[in-house]
Amino acid sequence: MAALSVRDLSVRAQGLELVRDVSFEVHSGERVALIGESGSGKSLTAMAIVGLLGRGLSASGEARLGDEDLLGVSERRRCQLRGDRIALIFQDPMTALDPTMRIGRQVGEALRQHRGLSRRQAAEAAVKLLARVEIPDPARYAHSYPHQLSGGLRQRVMMAIAISCDPDVILADEPTTALDVTVQRRVLELLDRLVREEGSALLLITHDLAVVSEMCDRVVTMYGGRVVESGSVESMLTAPQHPYTDALLAASSAVSIDGASGEPLPAIAGSVPAAGQFPPGCPYRDRCPRASQQCTTMPPLEAVGDRTVACWHPVGREEPAAGITTEGTLK
Amino acid sequence: MVRFAAHRLGILVLSLVGASVLVFGALTLLPGSPAQVILGTQATPQSVHHLTVQLGLDKPLWQQYFDWLHGMVTGALGTSYVSQLPIGTQIWQALQVTGPLVLLGLVIGLVIAIPLGLFGALLQGRATGAVLGAIGQVGLAVPTFVGGTLLIIVFAVEFHVLPASGFPEWSHPGSALKSLLLPAISLGVVEGGIISRYLRTSVLDLLQSDYLRTARMKGLSMGQALRRHGLRNAMLPLVTVGGLELAGLIVGAIVVENVFTLPGIGTLLLTSVNNRDLLVAQDIVMFVSGTVLVLNLLVDLSYRLLDPRLAGRS
Ligand code: SF4
Repeated sequence: MAALSVRDLSVRAQGLELVRDVSFEVHSGERVALIGESGSGKSLTAMAIVGLLGRGLSASGEARLGDEDLLGVSERRRCQLRGDRIALIFQDPMTALDPTMRIGRQVGEALRQHRGLSRRQAAEAAVKLLARVEIPDPARYAHSYPHQLSGGLRQRVMMAIAISCDPDVILADEPTTALDVTVQRRVLELLDRLVREEGSALLLITHDLAVVSEMCDRVVTMYGGRVVESGSVESMLTAPQHPYTDALLAASSAVSIDGASGEPLPAIAGSVPAAGQFPPGCPYRDRCPRASQQCTTMPPLEAVGDRTVACWHPVGREEPAAGITTEGTLK
Repeated sequence: MVRFAAHRLGILVLSLVGASVLVFGALTLLPGSPAQVILGTQATPQSVHHLTVQLGLDKPLWQQYFDWLHGMVTGALGTSYVSQLPIGTQIWQALQVTGPLVLLGLVIGLVIAIPLGLFGALLQGRATGAVLGAIGQVGLAVPTFVGGTLLIIVFAVEFHVLPASGFPEWSHPGSALKSLLLPAISLGVVEGGIISRYLRTSVLDLLQSDYLRTARMKGLSMGQALRRHGLRNAMLPLVTVGGLELAGLIVGAIVVENVFTLPGIGTLLLTSVNNRDLLVAQDIVMFVSGTVLVLNLLVDLSYRLLDPRLAGRS
């Protein structure tokens, strides 16, 4: 049975549909990567699943954790599940911890909340958790305040918080993007080990395809708030069918570095439109080299084998039909 | 922390010395000889000279300054040249009016600010929130003396429910409180407006903070998260503002006392300046500046205690 099963999840803000009909499953012990450029709705999807969307945003659909629908249960019940059976690791560890509270207390807080531990027991458990996330001298760091820790250590603390109640599902929203490149790898290795030890299901939001191929079993590509493709890591990364996944892959394998600034050059033509500015029909239409007249209507998400693709002219499956303009400028 | 406190205490002493020089200088340079003012225009030059010597005003300035300082430090404030009353007693009596007035003003200010700021932020984006924000702005925009006069017109002149001016003894606590109520309201409304704006901003920041989201992620309800992680963080800016506003209240009280003719520190200060009662004026100004400086010190120290990020530094 799926540990987490998302069905027809949509997120709305003032009449705009920011995430639309997103469906996927994550099984126990499975690692699923959610990929796509920023602005494609990945983080919103994660926040909607745990019920922590910001002001003015509302979610509909289903997000089943075991046999309970996180979107359907009461807020009271959601609080009982959050931090206990489902946990989320945020992107920016620099601001995610309370600056006025000692690390140990913050780590032990979920245990006090869900397991009813005493202050003393929680403090002891916190030191053990800090040791598990490979923080040197955990007893000392338990007495520190967040500003005394580096970004890498703070993200380890966030992981300690996430695993404190042995959750069934861990969501990690770009957990290393805000970190120094030199510590990214070690933090990911730690995440990999923790998830294995816990046997949790992992939904890893990332745009680093190297990480995806090393750590994950399946991939879900999102664009314009929709799932456009999903499948196993091997098939998705070797034979992408959606032109957007194809472009993401091409961009990551041909990482060209700007000689002057040292920044990676954007390798996908065009940029992600602002929310609500996506074209009707296929959202990728105005950046897609394969777009045709047909793409002005929304392609359905079709399953072929273990793959699902939402595209009228998938890559490598059949030759583009006649009448396609390759400029991709159809409006 | 101890080093920091010692350091700040040193600064406090230096500021007090600086303030005393300024106060002494400014009031000594005030035109008109005190002896002349006391004796009136009919006095003979001999009697004026005689009184000047008697008051010690013929001594060199530096000696006058040190005499004054010595008196302040030892608590021997001396006697007013005008009223012939001990200055210490006069100030003490005035404080019994100003002290409660300031405290009452602060309480009223907080009673206004906390709901305005808190609910203004929590209900942001809804009509109620906007109205609460606007009320705070109005409180801010109306100067104390205008608001005070309006209050007198409404409650004292029109409805006769509260006295417009004057102050009975504290031996009648009921009527004493009653006569402090209107002035305290006109003080509190302004302070409440200011504090509510700071509170609103700090609560808005708090609601958008990542650490509050982390707390919610652990399974804390909104109320729990706000209590355990919000209060302390939202307090930080409030302590600063609260301290500064308390200083503002003391200064505001001086104005309000004159609108409502209350026999407090402000009225005493004004009368003594008009009468060239230099010693009294100097002592009051020194007392008020000292209080403000001490308040600032307390704000700094409590900020240190609240924010661990500052605790290690000096
Ligand atoms: S070919 Fe058409 S449907 Fe497929 S991604 Fe491009 S625009 Fe969308």
